[in-house]
Amino acid sequence: MKFKIPKEIKKPMIFLLITILLLIIVYFLNPDKGLLVLKASYSLLLKILPVMLIVILLMGLFNMFITPKKLAKHLGKEKPVKAWLISSIAGIISSGPIYLWYPLLAEAREKGASNSSITIFLYNRAVKPALLPLMVFYFGIAYTVVLTIVMILVGGLQGYLIEKIV
Amino acid sequence: MKKQETLIQKTAISFRKALKSFSFSLPILLGIIILVGIIQVYLTKEMISNIFSGSIIDYFSASLLGSVLAGNPVTSYILGGELLSQGISLGAITAFLVSWVTVGMIQLPAEMLMLGKKYSITRNVLAFFSAILVALITVGVMSLI
Repeated sequence: MKFKIPKEIKKPMIFLLITILLLIIVYFLNPDKGLLVLKASYSLLLKILPVMLIVILLMGLFNMFITPKKLAKHLGKEKPVKAWLISSIAGIISSGPIYLWYPLLAEAREKGASNSSITIFLYNRAVKPALLPLMVFYFGIAYTVVLTIVMILVGGLQGYLIEKIV
Repeated sequence: MKKQETLIQKTAISFRKALKSFSFSLPILLGIIILVGIIQVYLTKEMISNIFSGSIIDYFSASLLGSVLAGNPVTSYILGGELLSQGISLGAITAFLVSWVTVGMIQLPAEMLMLGKKYSITRNVLAFFSAILVALITVGVMSLI
């Protein structure tokens, strides 16, 4: 049986190999600096490891309770404020790479979802509850709360503007 | 009994899916960790302060940087956190974090294909400038707290 590398992992693996190659070059140019780089990377990895586990746990829980179809159903455009709220929440709780959502959004638009709802959905994908612990870890709770609220509000503005322009 | 099995199956599938999607971004994450290590050793504070002028233009360059770079938001948090500890302004880092997720130069061809050229270009241009707007508002509010 032939072992097949999944398509999604090919590019990330090439990226990793390039960085490893870069590290080897650094080491051969200056072994002391090469070791310093290894030490710095290792301590960074240790620092973020516990939060990574929380992220995986939350991702699993989202997969369990939120399905793409459920989200698509509520991206309607009858009531702008309701659509803004629903699109924002849908964008926030959605997970996975952004391009996986394009076909579903195209389908949702065909079924009556507005450009505004789609834009708000895509904008709020920047607000990820599963990643908030990591954001708090790096930037503090006050910053995380302020940025999240500002993002949701500006997401609404984006939706409004795109509806006017396109 | 059957219902219980379904719940166990559902949990297993959900977590397997989560692990799978996380494992796909793991090589990028490890690569970024190596890159950050190299940056920490080679890039001095003086060099960074030369790239970022400390003026409002930093918001623009940071938003541009975030638009070109792509990947899991986790990576942007790590990079942003490290840049913050190197002395880059919170505003520029905010513009970087926001444009990282909302503007996608790399996935633009796919977006245009699925959602239309005019819509995709307009959305990305708007997102680029609103990253700067979000940064300005966030820093403004933070200075009041």
